[in-house]
Amino acid sequence: MKRLLVFIKKEFTHVLRDKKTLLILFGMPIVQVLIFGFVLSNEVKNTDLLVIDQAQDRASKEIISKVQASEYFDIASVTFDVQDVEASFKKGKSKAALILPKDFEKNLMTKHVAQVQILADASDPNHATTIENYLTAIIRDYTNSLNASMPYTIIPEVRMLYNPQLKGAPNFVPGVMALILMLVCVMMTAISIVREKEMGTMEVLLVSPFKPIMVIVSKVVPYFILSMLNIVSILLLSVYVLGVPIKGNVLLLFGESALFISTCLSLGIFISIKTQTQQVAMLISLMGMLLPTVLFSGFMFPIENMPFPLRMISNIVPAKWFYIIVKDIMIKGLGFAAVWKESLILMGITVFFLGISIKNFKIRLA
Amino acid sequence: MKAVIAENISKQYDGKPAVEKVSFEVNEGEIFGLIGPDGAGKTSIFRILTTLLLPDGGSAQVHHWDVVKDWRAIRNAVGYMPGKFSLYQDLTVEENLHFFATVFNTTIQENYHLIEDIYVQLEPFKNRRAGKLSGGMKQKLALCCALIHKPKVLFLDEPTTGVDPVSRREFWEMLKKLKQQNISIVVSTPYMDEASMCDRIALIQSGSILSIDTPQDLVKNYGNQLFRVKANDRYRLLEVLKSVPSTKSYAFGEYAHVSVEKDHQMDASEIAQHLQQNGLTEVEVGEAEVTIEDCFINLLH
Repeated sequence: MKRLLVFIKKEFTHVLRDKKTLLILFGMPIVQVLIFGFVLSNEVKNTDLLVIDQAQDRASKEIISKVQASEYFDIASVTFDVQDVEASFKKGKSKAALILPKDFEKNLMTKHVAQVQILADASDPNHATTIENYLTAIIRDYTNSLNASMPYTIIPEVRMLYNPQLKGAPNFVPGVMALILMLVCVMMTAISIVREKEMGTMEVLLVSPFKPIMVIVSKVVPYFILSMLNIVSILLLSVYVLGVPIKGNVLLLFGESALFISTCLSLGIFISIKTQTQQVAMLISLMGMLLPTVLFSGFMFPIENMPFPLRMISNIVPAKWFYIIVKDIMIKGLGFAAVWKESLILMGITVFFLGISIKNFKIRLA
Repeated sequence: MKAVIAENISKQYDGKPAVEKVSFEVNEGEIFGLIGPDGAGKTSIFRILTTLLLPDGGSAQVHHWDVVKDWRAIRNAVGYMPGKFSLYQDLTVEENLHFFATVFNTTIQENYHLIEDIYVQLEPFKNRRAGKLSGGMKQKLALCCALIHKPKVLFLDEPTTGVDPVSRREFWEMLKKLKQQNISIVVSTPYMDEASMCDRIALIQSGSILSIDTPQDLVKNYGNQLFRVKANDRYRLLEVLKSVPSTKSYAFGEYAHVSVEKDHQMDASEIAQHLQQNGLTEVEVGEAEVTIEDCFINLLH
């Protein structure tokens, strides 16, 4: 036991003396959370809008002022000529255009049907869709106010549950957590075990009374602790800086994080057993773990939209399950009953990789 | 009891033999040297004896434990210093020593008497990181770490490679002191001049042992006449020497050594005459003292 403690202390010393590792360990989570929180965002705010007002009547003016009042749009300019749209899009002066044709109010009042046209720059399709939704909503809102007196109107009342303001943050905090843990646990663990092989210290450790499997255990403990610290710092940032509250049970959230960390560590151990140099271990961790995490966890790209084979692949990506668990607990405020299935899958993956790691563990060289 | 018994051990890598039917015994409390050039199979033999590699053939025992069956017992009882510096470069001298002492279930205090002579030299640098030490200091620290648990057998794989001559001599003095503590030492080196520091040596080449003997007997049993020769043109000298029948010649430091086969007695003036006839001047021929290197070269052919 004393030996294990000394070994663990040694691992901490390695980490603490290596400034670069330390920076990756603690700098990266903070930077990533802040970058995702403030810079990379799929929210639509202050979109430049070009308005072509050919009607120039009361109704058109009212719509324009309603659009102007929303925080989603800035009106870049109001013109008369439809030709301006393309020029403005190409120069990047505006991302969308709202065209109110001639006789807008007259048609609305006499025929009860009037048309507006929305043009959006769909080179970024997600952005374009969001713009369209917002503009349609504003116009619907206006129509509803006119129709107030009319019978037989169905007014759909849309409410965005769990994230009413459609903020980006609640979506990516779980994603960043998965990403960071994947990086810290898998890559760092794999590298630190492989380093012992590469430096030749493993050779000395093997010829000692220390059980080889204990080498692995003592490597894993520090990274487990450091990862839990990372979880705390990410959660603190998300609650106090990004304003994403933890709706569910905090203890449950930590418990599930500990489970996912174990999964990552088992992957890290597996990689370290299969590789001989730090470079290979790093490459495999990056290509084999990080990339699938980004692609298949559902945090950047919705899994529902993927073709069947890719959806199947996503099932073996641990981060996908952790992402679902964290979203359920943190944002929806659900309890263990809602996430037991995902937890079981993570546990299964952990046991599987630990099993084959132990089976493949070599007590000798080569 | 023998410290090490190796019987016909063989090892192949991808079908290429690295160690071929190597047998030797190491007596308790002796310094046994494996002497041979790089790639002779020394490291493979060490790894087999320290249970890090399984032999493809043959068997070996360390302190009566079998290297395959009783690997755990061997790992508890031996000290091993690999050829490559294998301590933690980012830990200090003291931290390294403390770490290895703990791993081996002991404390620095318990066996301090073993490492005292060596550690005294390291003490001024005890807070320096191991990676920042000089080559000689690194090896001394590695020796301390391998010794700290008072091993029964100490395996040192090329401990003096890359170490300056002064530190090398100091290192061998330390090994002699350890011997007095009844620790058996198996050491390898590519430097022939270090062979004389061992009690017994095995000359090894291409995975096979050429000869096992004490350094003194090896030299004594050389048998051939040995001359050292010098002349104005070294390159031509070696060319001309090749043509002398029943001899073998090779460059040796600033001289050329000429080994004359047992049955063909020859004296110095004969060789000198032959050289002068071939147009060499400033010819100098004298009897040479036999070294381990001469024995090694003699055994090669």
